[in-house]
Amino acid sequence: MSASPAYSEEKGGSSSLGEPEYGHDPASGGIFSSDYKRHDDLKEMLDSNKDSLKLEAMKRIVAMIARGKNASDLFPAVVKNVACKNIEVKKLVYVYLVRYAEEQQDLALLSISTFQRGLKDPNQLIRASALRVLSSIRVPIIVPIMMLAIKEAASDMSPYVRKTAAHAIPKLYSLDSDQKDQLIEVIEKLLADKTTLVAGSVVMAFEEVCPERIDLIHKNYRKLCNLLIDVEEWGQVVIINMLTRYARTQFLSPNQNESLLEENPEKAFYGSDEEDSKDDKLDAASLVKRKPYVMDPDHRLLLRNTKPLLQSRNAAVVMAVAQLYFHLAPKAEVGVIAKALVRLLRSHSEVQWVVLQNVATMSIKRRGMFEPYLKSFYIRSTDPTQIKILKLEVLTNLANETNISTILREFQTYIRSMDKDFVAATIQAIGRCATNIGKVRDTCLNGLVQLLSNRDELVVAESVVVIKKLLQMQPSQHSEIIKHMAKLTDNIQVPMARASILWLIGEYCEHVPKIAPDVLRKMAKSFTGEEDIVKLQVINLAAKLYLTNSKQSKLLTQYVLNLAKYDQNYDIRDRARFIRQLIVPTEKSGALNKYAKKLFLAQKPAPILESSFKDRDHFQLGSLSHLLNAKAVGYQELPDWPDEAPDPSVRNVEVPEWTKCTSREKRKEKVEKPFYSDSEGESGPTESADSEPESVSESESESGSSSSESGSDSGKEEEEEEEGKGRAPESLEEEEEQGKKGKKKKPQHEGKGGSETSWEEGSISESSSSESDSGSEAEESQSEPESKRRTTPPSSKPAPKASRKGTKEISLLDLDDFTPAPPQPASSPAIVSTSLVTDLEGLTLTDASLTPTMLSPVFSTVKTYELLHRMAGEGLSVEYYFNRQPFPPDPHMVAVQIQFSNNTESEVKNLRVSEPKLVSGMRIQEFQEIESLAPGDTANVIMGIDFCDSTQAANFQLCTHSRQFYVSIQPPVGELMAPVFMSENEFKKEQGKLTGMSEITEKLTLPDKCQSDHTIVQRVTAAANVSRVPCGVDNEYRFAAKTVTSGSLVLITLERKEGARAHLTVNSEKMVIGTMLVQDVSQALAQ
Amino acid sequence: MIHSLFLINSSGDIFLEKHWKSVVSRSVCDYFFEAQERATEAENVPPVIPTPHHYLLNVYRHKIFFVAVIQTEVPPLFVIEFLHRVVDTFQDYFGSTNVGDQLPTGQLSVVPWRRTGVKYTNNEAYFDVIEEIDAIIDKSGSTITAEIQGVIDACVKLTGMPDLTLSFMNPRLLDDVSFHPCVRFKRWESERILSFIPPDGNFRLLSYHVSAQNLVAIPVYVKHNISFRDSSSLGRFEITVGPKQTMGKTVEGVMVTSQMPKGVLNMSLTPSQGMHTFDPVTKLLSWDVGKINPQKLPSLKGTMSLQAGTSKPDENPTINLQFKIQQLAISGLKVNRLDMYGEKYKPFKGIKYMTKAGKFQVRT
Repeated sequence: MSASPAYSEEKGGSSSLGEPEYGHDPASGGIFSSDYKRHDDLKEMLDSNKDSLKLEAMKRIVAMIARGKNASDLFPAVVKNVACKNIEVKKLVYVYLVRYAEEQQDLALLSISTFQRGLKDPNQLIRASALRVLSSIRVPIIVPIMMLAIKEAASDMSPYVRKTAAHAIPKLYSLDSDQKDQLIEVIEKLLADKTTLVAGSVVMAFEEVCPERIDLIHKNYRKLCNLLIDVEEWGQVVIINMLTRYARTQFLSPNQNESLLEENPEKAFYGSDEEDSKDDKLDAASLVKRKPYVMDPDHRLLLRNTKPLLQSRNAAVVMAVAQLYFHLAPKAEVGVIAKALVRLLRSHSEVQWVVLQNVATMSIKRRGMFEPYLKSFYIRSTDPTQIKILKLEVLTNLANETNISTILREFQTYIRSMDKDFVAATIQAIGRCATNIGKVRDTCLNGLVQLLSNRDELVVAESVVVIKKLLQMQPSQHSEIIKHMAKLTDNIQVPMARASILWLIGEYCEHVPKIAPDVLRKMAKSFTGEEDIVKLQVINLAAKLYLTNSKQSKLLTQYVLNLAKYDQNYDIRDRARFIRQLIVPTEKSGALNKYAKKLFLAQKPAPILESSFKDRDHFQLGSLSHLLNAKAVGYQELPDWPDEAPDPSVRNVEVPEWTKCTSREKRKEKVEKPFYSDSEGESGPTESADSEPESVSESESESGSSSSESGSDSGKEEEEEEEGKGRAPESLEEEEEQGKKGKKKKPQHEGKGGSETSWEEGSISESSSSESDSGSEAEESQSEPESKRRTTPPSSKPAPKASRKGTKEISLLDLDDFTPAPPQPASSPAIVSTSLVTDLEGLTLTDASLTPTMLSPVFSTVKTYELLHRMAGEGLSVEYYFNRQPFPPDPHMVAVQIQFSNNTESEVKNLRVSEPKLVSGMRIQEFQEIESLAPGDTANVIMGIDFCDSTQAANFQLCTHSRQFYVSIQPPVGELMAPVFMSENEFKKEQGKLTGMSEITEKLTLPDKCQSDHTIVQRVTAAANVSRVPCGVDNEYRFAAKTVTSGSLVLITLERKEGARAHLTVNSEKMVIGTMLVQDVSQALAQ
Repeated sequence: MIHSLFLINSSGDIFLEKHWKSVVSRSVCDYFFEAQERATEAENVPPVIPTPHHYLLNVYRHKIFFVAVIQTEVPPLFVIEFLHRVVDTFQDYFGSTNVGDQLPTGQLSVVPWRRTGVKYTNNEAYFDVIEEIDAIIDKSGSTITAEIQGVIDACVKLTGMPDLTLSFMNPRLLDDVSFHPCVRFKRWESERILSFIPPDGNFRLLSYHVSAQNLVAIPVYVKHNISFRDSSSLGRFEITVGPKQTMGKTVEGVMVTSQMPKGVLNMSLTPSQGMHTFDPVTKLLSWDVGKINPQKLPSLKGTMSLQAGTSKPDENPTINLQFKIQQLAISGLKVNRLDMYGEKYKPFKGIKYMTKAGKFQVRT
């Protein structure tokens, strides 16, 4: 093939690209300007011995390809250079080959041996690129060679080459789908790969080749979850989407029981065992549903490990996690995705466009989730129209009785926009709000009627259409509006609007008996000039009037029908004929005629104005198919949850080295590897910004575990003194204490008897709230110096910094980077001081006197919570309550007293905690195993949980010798703190520091029952573990506490105003806690 | 995933193409051109266009459409995000180095985002804390919505494998954050410290949103009086810009733009400072104000001539505002310190603060 035909063909192909233009084309820099005349030069250059010339030639050729010019005639000249030593030249030759090999298969075969050699090269980069090119040249003849190469590369030492092998799999599959079985074998092998580099690519191959083989995932499921955070961004997207589908096939819906419980809690709990005998109708499925739902820990693992990725900078990753949560998470947890999705709205407009469509779908199902972000969907005049319309959709979905007035006010500004398409959409949105929220229907209707006098015809037309729909809901009250609209027929020209008006008048002609015939008269006059849809409605109106008011309209109707009979449009001719037969009685028309009135004037259901995004969530969110609302090629359906969970043991891995290997071991391994690995440092694992969070936290919690209940609390009085003495040195020795804690001997298990005492103790202290007040006052002077020290700003920053530096310099991969930080030592929690000090003094925990009694008597009623119901636990029932005692083994933990009762016939053995699944940073101190529990017996133990000052639940398993139960403990916010004493002055001082956003105030009215000092104090202290602070004013109550984990102050002030009104103020650095506490306390007071 | 990519410039020429699988004919772009025509404006071209055999996913940046051809189901954001990254890379690549001198090399580093063997004679790390205020101000001057978006952009030129930590005086301000993949998430979760091995060169370390509970200080106000009178072909136009909560800093780079209603034929205005233009075709008014001097507030006054015979436009223009304030992060965010581990040398460290208007609109 000569050069010139190629050129002219090219010219014909894109005539708009005239050659001379290139000079002006900003993209045509030096390398882009090539010319057919130089093809000979190029060949010469390629044949030369100088690499620089070859490189220059190849650059120009590749530039030609990029511009869409034909360079196929150069194939022989280029392919010769495939064996060129210069790697730069080689790369470009590869680019050329990938483009043209398909067209020149015979010639391409010449190059294959070079690639085969490349596959054996010691340099992993060369091996990988040889495989990449080999798999990219679409020449069917080499399929066996490709297959072989892929298999070999899948066992390559270098993860990079293995990754390339994974990439090659879909390419080979698209070339020859008969290779599927062999490719699945390779996929299976690569799925077992433990490096992050391979994970994303092999899952991609899995998705393209064998997405139906969900069984291949089982054994790799946990590994994929754990690797996820370290996989590169694009791989994360693919894995998360695949795991979403996987989870839908393997786990139970986390929401089915919840909804069942809400509806009928009684039944759900007690239904099965009593009804079983009489009620045979219960089918298997419903029985399953009645079992209390317990989330599979693997399900939880997925949710937990994907959550941090909501913070990714990559919109696709955030969306992937969001859809995973939407499809898989319990209702209560889905909310976290809203903030991240709203963040994406600040990205490029294409991203906004996609995200808004997904938000629109989600907001129909889970409106509450986005309500706090309502204002983020407000529309700016600079938004592109397509974004405006989507935002409008979301705003409409979010509208409810409480926010509708705000939204309508906002809509009012939109109506005056210059963007008329947007205005039209706004009017429709108003219509939807009006139908959905009865309260504002009249307001909306009035607003729309006002728009009828707008100057813009489009606005008027859209309003007419919407008003028509609204009127259909309650026409009788609105004959005025119908009359008004009838007058508009003189002015409005938009066909749809005219048609709507005519329909309205016809439908409600009885409400406007005088006007209707007149409108028909006018329309008859202009009939021939109308648009088709208007003509159809004129006929319609005529027919209806004929039936209701034939005296006035008989002639007019006949006139209109005659006109229609000869219309150009056959629809209109047909309609006219049809209607004439129907309404005008003749001999032939027969029976139907009698029913004409029923046919035409039947009560019509009001239209439901609903979102076009309704029910779109049957498509996996974030998918192309969801966006198009149609199945795209290759879309994998999102399966429904199974009724019964498949066997979870399929995910167990026999040699669980992956899950067991602690990250410290892994880290060490990495450190040993050469750090500055270049192309030769092949098997070096990838550094990760985050390593598996949970294995770290798990190992940590295990190491600190196994101590059991805290010492019980007798001898409060002595302890009170101890406390006073103990405090002063505390803040000095605090840090040392932190270090010692780990080494400290674990406290002895006290045995059953001991724990039972503490249980009783707890109940005794119920009534002693008043005592606490006096106690705290007495304590005031003593606490002064201590609290002063505490309040000095935590200037200890350099100290921890320095120590961290020490560890840092050893290796940047040191584990310390990744473990959740120990709870801040800087802000010393005075609340736990006694136990700390006593610990330092070497007192063993068996000392019953240890517990600082003065801190405990504050609370009045103990609320017990159910951990495991008798039915669910098969006779074992477990309850827990927060005993509000410090937890001596770890002052940052909240003590939880747990009571087991054995209601079975047999002994329950080996009661213990296992496999805590905790949010990062959260820790559990397990109670010591209860060896056996006789039938009818109860036992009490105490365990410590560090909730990290959050109300997130701690999930763990409760194991017996035969069974395990998934349970979770969720603390009320009031239990996350421990009382602290301070003087009035100090309280005021601290409060002064915690103003602004740290202060949350609510107005409330105290009910009659809750007027006395005693009740108020009792209720507040019941709601939260706080102590009363003395107060010089009569009408004010003050309470103080510190959060258990971080020791942040929480100050509560209740100020009584005249009447029963009161102001409740909470000051706390922890705003979330503050907000929740205000709610809880005001609720407690309002009861 | 992506089958082919076409780059189309503003005059509709396909000037670059790339195929990863078999070649897809350029004619597939005709569907795109159709959609473009329907949309009338570039920004309204739907990012996803279905065609009988393909799906066209496109992004529009720098007046160029990047059109990706897709054949099977793929998360659309995956492609869109990827295309934007491609554009970022182009921008970076064509912007800084001499095109074509050096072909990109494959990276096989243990730290995927950082190349190995980095060497500098001057080791330096600069961080820019840039905050943008998005706000909608209503007619009466009260704030309908206002929020602060911030980013920390870094330019790090450090030898070897430095490990940096950056801490804030008041990390509580950060409500919602998203990180460059180099940031260790756990460390942030537990200590609110940014710990990372930085990529080499320019990168965005962090984007954040300041918690909504904080009241946003609005640094400028606009006084406006725009009135159309019925039965008159003249309208009055007057705006004044003044500083509000600026924390004692100067507001500069002030630029006012406003899209006037179609009925406005021309405007005759006098600014007290700066330059202004009105384009009678697009009806876009822009006024480059410059610095605000609190003693002498900049104003723009004059008349608008309206189309004779037509009634007054019923919409009022919105005023878009741009400005910047140096050495101020309006949220009050402050970097506490930056430390480097893992390398022995002493780097030069710098931090800069700036506040800008984001999408700042005043409704009139």
